[in-house]
Amino acid sequence: MCLAVPGKVLEIRDDNGLLMGQVDFAGTVSSACLAYVPEVAVGQYVIVHAGFALSIVDEEEARKTFELLDELSASADE
Amino acid sequence: MKFIDEYRNAESARKLLDEIARVTTKPWVIMEICGGQTHAIIKNGIDRLLPGKIELVHGPGCPVCVTPLEMIDKALAIASIPDVIFTSFGDMLRVPGSSKDLFMVKSEGADVRIVYSPLEALKIAAANPDKQVVFFGVGFETTAPVTATTILEASRLGLDNFSMLVSHVLVPPAISSLLESPENRVQGFLAAGHVCTVMGWQEYEPLVERYHIPIVVTGFEPVDILEGILMTVRQLEEGRCGIENQYSRVVKREGNTVARDQISKVMRIVDRKWRGIGTIKGSGLALRPEFGRYNAEIIFDIEDVEVEEPPECISGIILQGLKKPYECTAFGTKCTPRSPLGATMVSSEGACAAYYAYARRQDTKL
Repeated sequence: MCLAVPGKVLEIRDDNGLLMGQVDFAGTVSSACLAYVPEVAVGQYVIVHAGFALSIVDEEEARKTFELLDELSASADE
Repeated sequence: MKFIDEYRNAESARKLLDEIARVTTKPWVIMEICGGQTHAIIKNGIDRLLPGKIELVHGPGCPVCVTPLEMIDKALAIASIPDVIFTSFGDMLRVPGSSKDLFMVKSEGADVRIVYSPLEALKIAAANPDKQVVFFGVGFETTAPVTATTILEASRLGLDNFSMLVSHVLVPPAISSLLESPENRVQGFLAAGHVCTVMGWQEYEPLVERYHIPIVVTGFEPVDILEGILMTVRQLEEGRCGIENQYSRVVKREGNTVARDQISKVMRIVDRKWRGIGTIKGSGLALRPEFGRYNAEIIFDIEDVEVEEPPECISGIILQGLKKPYECTAFGTKCTPRSPLGATMVSSEGACAAYYAYARRQDTKL
């Protein structure tokens, strides 16, 4: 039930006092509440659960897993 | 799909598996807390690809599974009341109460509707002022802020025909309860990434101190889970214990402070009964008394319901990681996803349902 999916923010709007946005999940666009991520900008990725964005994906941190994988490959080649 | 496909890459998974095999010298028992992770592990065969010395046991992190039978019976009772529109996440509709489930109540004529977000339930309430609209608010800390914000929105919009049946549960008290058990075998935990997205990991720091056990905040894709396991095994092999964050692209130490504030405004910590396990002190969230007008248990006067679980079901033992699903005599015979006896077969994220879906009748490593 704690399923949450990354999607790209396409649009940000004030919906009758609630911060909402359109989010693109690999082609499927749906509405999500952005109240928990008020600093979000169009073009950023957010993790959405039950129609609410819980976090902005940190692209710098996302690279770390792949840096580890590169290190593993480098040590395996030695 | 960005931030998903690259974490399902077979070559990356292979590199991590090789490294896990390289660093593992002793037998270790690791528990993944979240049902979503259990599902990903069994679906992708991660448990079979790991070295024989590493055993994964599946934790109680499936809210659909652990929602107590009483709550399901309360949901059924409210949904059956004329002029009620009962709304819920789809996963709750098939969960059996003591005599039926929400699908059956719906087929008998009740107005039961599946919503993806509780904000949709608010729209239904606004569009149907002559009906009472109730949302079934279940889930872990991931979902709790969503429930809280919806209540605050109902209040702000002045919707007086909206209420919630709330049964939220909290992860850290369940971890403590597992570790306090004399039967505990777990030596390291993969903490649930999305629970920590909301709550952060400060609450886990005292657990690491008290029980000297490594905890790694972990994501949900195969590469995430393998990296989480590698980080846990490295700690165990080096004799370290700390809290580490594999899911750093999403989770921060403090979690999401806006979402946490919404929870504290609307909810308070209470003792909560977990289906199959029993009452765990301080493991639930309920609406604060000042939000009583949004509490469906008070509005519909159904606060005292007591029900017993079917005796042959061992889901409580499965939820504590003490037995595997195929060790139950009812597994796949008397108990299947179409007619589940208990908690862990009910939800697709339950350990028994995952083992059933991917035909795991025994423990085998590849």
